Amino acid sequence: MCPLRSIADCIPMIRVIAATLALLLTSLSASAQDTNGAIQQVLQEHSVAILKSSRTTIGPAIDAVADSGLPQAQAVLQAWSDRNMWVRAADGLFFRATEAEGGYSLTDFDTGETVGVFGSDALDQIKPNSGIRALIGTALVQFQLKDPNPRRRQDALTSISRNPDPALLKPLRNSIEMETDPNLKAQKLRQERLLTIGYDEDPDARVQAMADMSGDLSVDVRAALNPLVATRRAVVKGAAQGEVPAGTNVARILTPGSDALPKVEAYDMLVAADLAPPRVTDAAIRTALEANIAEGRVGDVAVQQLGTDAARRAAYIALADAGTVPPFISEEAVQETLDGFTFYDAYADPSPQITDAANDALNAIRLKVGLNQAADLTLDALSLASIYFLAAIGLAITFGVMGVINMAHGEFIMMGAYTGYVVQQIIPNHTLSIIVAIPLAFAVTFAAGVAMERLVIRWLYNRPLETLLATFGISIALQQLAKNIFGTQARPLTAPAWLDGAMTLNDVVSISYIRIAIFFLALFFLAVFLFIMKRTRLGLETRAVTQNPRMAASMGINPGRVNMLTFGLGSGIAGVAGVAIGLFAKVTSEMGSDYIVQSFMTVVVGGVGNIWGTLAGAAMIGFLQKGIEWGNPSNTLAAQTYMIIFIIIFIQFRPRGIIALKGRAAGD
Amino acid sequence: MNRSFVARNPSVLIFLALLALFTLGVTILSEGFGVGMISTSFVKTLGKTLCLCLVAVAMDLIWGYAGILSLGHFAFFGLGGYMIGMWLMYERTRLIVVDALAQGSMPPTPQEVVDGIGNQIFGVVGSSEFPAVWAFADSLTLQLALVVLVPGLLALVFGWLAFRSRVTGVYLSILTQAMTLALALYLFQNDSGLRGNNGLSGLQNLPGVTASQDVVSMWFFWGSALALGLGYLLAAWVVSGKFGSVIRGIRDNEARVRFLGYSVEAYKLALFTLTACIAGIAGALYYPQAGIINPAEIAPIASIYLAVWVAIGGRGRLYGAVIGAAVVSLLSSWFTGGQAPDIPLGFYTVKWVDWWLVLLGLSFVGVTLFAPQGIGGLVDLISDRLRPDRHGADLGPDQGSLREKEARK
Repeated sequence: MCPLRSIADCIPMIRVIAATLALLLTSLSASAQDTNGAIQQVLQEHSVAILKSSRTTIGPAIDAVADSGLPQAQAVLQAWSDRNMWVRAADGLFFRATEAEGGYSLTDFDTGETVGVFGSDALDQIKPNSGIRALIGTALVQFQLKDPNPRRRQDALTSISRNPDPALLKPLRNSIEMETDPNLKAQKLRQERLLTIGYDEDPDARVQAMADMSGDLSVDVRAALNPLVATRRAVVKGAAQGEVPAGTNVARILTPGSDALPKVEAYDMLVAADLAPPRVTDAAIRTALEANIAEGRVGDVAVQQLGTDAARRAAYIALADAGTVPPFISEEAVQETLDGFTFYDAYADPSPQITDAANDALNAIRLKVGLNQAADLTLDALSLASIYFLAAIGLAITFGVMGVINMAHGEFIMMGAYTGYVVQQIIPNHTLSIIVAIPLAFAVTFAAGVAMERLVIRWLYNRPLETLLATFGISIALQQLAKNIFGTQARPLTAPAWLDGAMTLNDVVSISYIRIAIFFLALFFLAVFLFIMKRTRLGLETRAVTQNPRMAASMGINPGRVNMLTFGLGSGIAGVAGVAIGLFAKVTSEMGSDYIVQSFMTVVVGGVGNIWGTLAGAAMIGFLQKGIEWGNPSNTLAAQTYMIIFIIIFIQFRPRGIIALKGRAAGD
Repeated sequence: MNRSFVARNPSVLIFLALLALFTLGVTILSEGFGVGMISTSFVKTLGKTLCLCLVAVAMDLIWGYAGILSLGHFAFFGLGGYMIGMWLMYERTRLIVVDALAQGSMPPTPQEVVDGIGNQIFGVVGSSEFPAVWAFADSLTLQLALVVLVPGLLALVFGWLAFRSRVTGVYLSILTQAMTLALALYLFQNDSGLRGNNGLSGLQNLPGVTASQDVVSMWFFWGSALALGLGYLLAAWVVSGKFGSVIRGIRDNEARVRFLGYSVEAYKLALFTLTACIAGIAGALYYPQAGIINPAEIAPIASIYLAVWVAIGGRGRLYGAVIGAAVVSLLSSWFTGGQAPDIPLGFYTVKWVDWWLVLLGLSFVGVTLFAPQGIGGLVDLISDRLRPDRHGADLGPDQGSLREKEARK
């Protein structure tokens, strides 16, 4: 390497070699070094390895320092790892160096006294590479575990959990005794169990540790257990099971052709192990034939006739018989070869006791994880159901109670979300802006709903299909209007900071605070709806008008006014739902149309005209969708498809929904 | 009632004559066969518009005559397009693959050809296997049959389920919309076997045809015109006879027709399936002219636009549907194509690309409120048609539409 570089680059290396030689000489007369401190002696004993700085030979040097039992050991290792350890070229002694005027100030490791300032030409820096620093780090852990600073101890534990190592088990155990912090003590005990599972020399202790941890859901427990039950696929000559080499911890014997080991894979294993000749694939046949075309013929077959697999095979066999190409291997030959071998999966760990215990522990964990996943799925489904309920509750008023099909309902949701966005542009405080946005969104969409009822819908009562189309016209106009004003890109509606994050019950079950908030918002609106419908004058009048407008009018109720207010109420609730939905979904001009079909489905499936029905419908659709997604993971599109098909079929059996109105209230 | 079909339906003759005249005119002005005053791309637009008119006729049959507001007919339209698109894509890719393999040292085996086609078609969705739905893609006859059979079968199964449980009115509309959404979402998946949201492309190239697009576009234009003519004739024939009377009866009062002893479900189902087949044929003619089909075409919004066309044109009369589809779709492409002049207001310039949908939406509300007869209603002014004396009953197709005495001036 040296000739390739400039001489100047080589100087340090030459210097190192010179220093090494000098050290060799001095260490020969070690007895003369009594004046050196204890840790300096340890360093001098291993100075060759330290100066060589090679990962493969440095081990004993680090161990010697770490196990020296000297109080300065930690400081030495730390300095070494931080590249602050320098060697003085003159006598080969090691010092901690700090930069000072005119060179480096050297500090003796043993005494802690400053030796003096030396120019950099009289010193050499020890530069451990990252591999060596990792080794030093491991050695340092035992000191850090007992460090008076709890922060350091925590760092050490984190480092152990990231890079578990057999060597760490002993220092970890030693440090548990003196630990005073209960939290750190618990972590240490837990880490000790995990290391025991992986590295203890006593199998019984490992089995015991596995039993101790078998109810734990954390990923690190599974990470500790999984390598123990990892298998390696192997093959051995001979058909009988006894052929498996003694001492192998066999997980299972495999039959070629089964699901676990398809024949092709089994044969490829044999080929890879040079136990069988490679199979001649169709592509290989083609290549071989192409290479042997002579005068328009190959293997006595005309090239023009090679348009079928059978003809090509025949030509290849002819070539093989002539010895030009390797022989063709038929399916029968493959089967015969496979019959002569035993395939098996073997554990890396030779002790069945350990692997059985690990499997038991993993099974116990899997069962528990499964149960927790079911709980997590239930929470997810509940949150989806509350979103659907929130989106549909306004519709439950306009469609369910009044019987007006409002296709622009989704656009009211969108208007609410955009109101929230605009408010956030004016009021930067997220908490305050949400508090302002909710009533404002209600007001805006209430006004829009009232205007729409006055201008369009009141002329179309009793003509439901035309209401559908007219409100659809409004829906496309509103959507395009939003696009013209706010552009096509999604606008953010940021939740306040206290809604960030998630409530974590354990490693499997967690739910974000926004979803909890939406759940309670949905419950709140359910209560509002029930209160207005059952306890207020407006609710009474609304129910009267929807049941029989003429009779209601003759009782002194103004049906026009009641319809207007009821429609406004439904629209206003949609606006508030829009703010809530905007918090976790992006605000776009098309966000309303994403919910419109699901919202109508929710109302129809639940049973028109009954808020409990809407609740049941939302719950059913939410749980159904999550259930299907669970059965068919990573495919939300398919889940929605199957859900809609299910709903279509469901309506066959309960055309009036889950909770059907009976008697006079059911109308026709 | 011994008069001939044509005599009873003079509008059919007028329509067919106008259609023939229009076709002849376009042919003479086209680039492929005439003086070249109409560009090929505009011929394609006109051809596509004819297909849209055909599906609008189907929509009018089911909505204007039977009162079933189906929001799923564009799904049938799209399915028809997919069926013909599968053959077009398979066959064209096959020709390319066979050509490429013929360059090799030996003739290809059938398996090599199929693998090559699979690689070409499904490479974009990370697969090379042929899904089961492509089983018949190599046969034009079978795929042409599927153009009618697949939408028909879907309509039959869906209609049977919906009608037998007596889902009517807006519930049926929402249910059909859900079906359309489910189909679109299904096709959006990559593993649905129809290339996910890439859809099928390159459909404008007829395999094995060397004629230029100028000529091919005219073939499709004639095909679309012929299909529209035949479809219109069929629709007029269906609604003019006894079947049509029963259908209109169902629209006006389903319960009475049922009490008269007619099997309402069977009539509805027959009409629903028939219109789905017509929509499938229209789609099979439309998408080779459009060149590409993807699941976005099937989204529920498209079916609602179809209802918009029919409503603006005037439902309950077949020519109304044709007028509505032609006028709205041509206007729509004029406005969104950026050809319409912007209107400067001083403080703001109205760009029609942005504002056309607002205009369409509002005009749609206007038509529903003020002119339920649609554009076709203008014909009544010319023909001075007398409204039938319904003794004060509903005039319109729906329960609760304007009553006779309200409509009187």
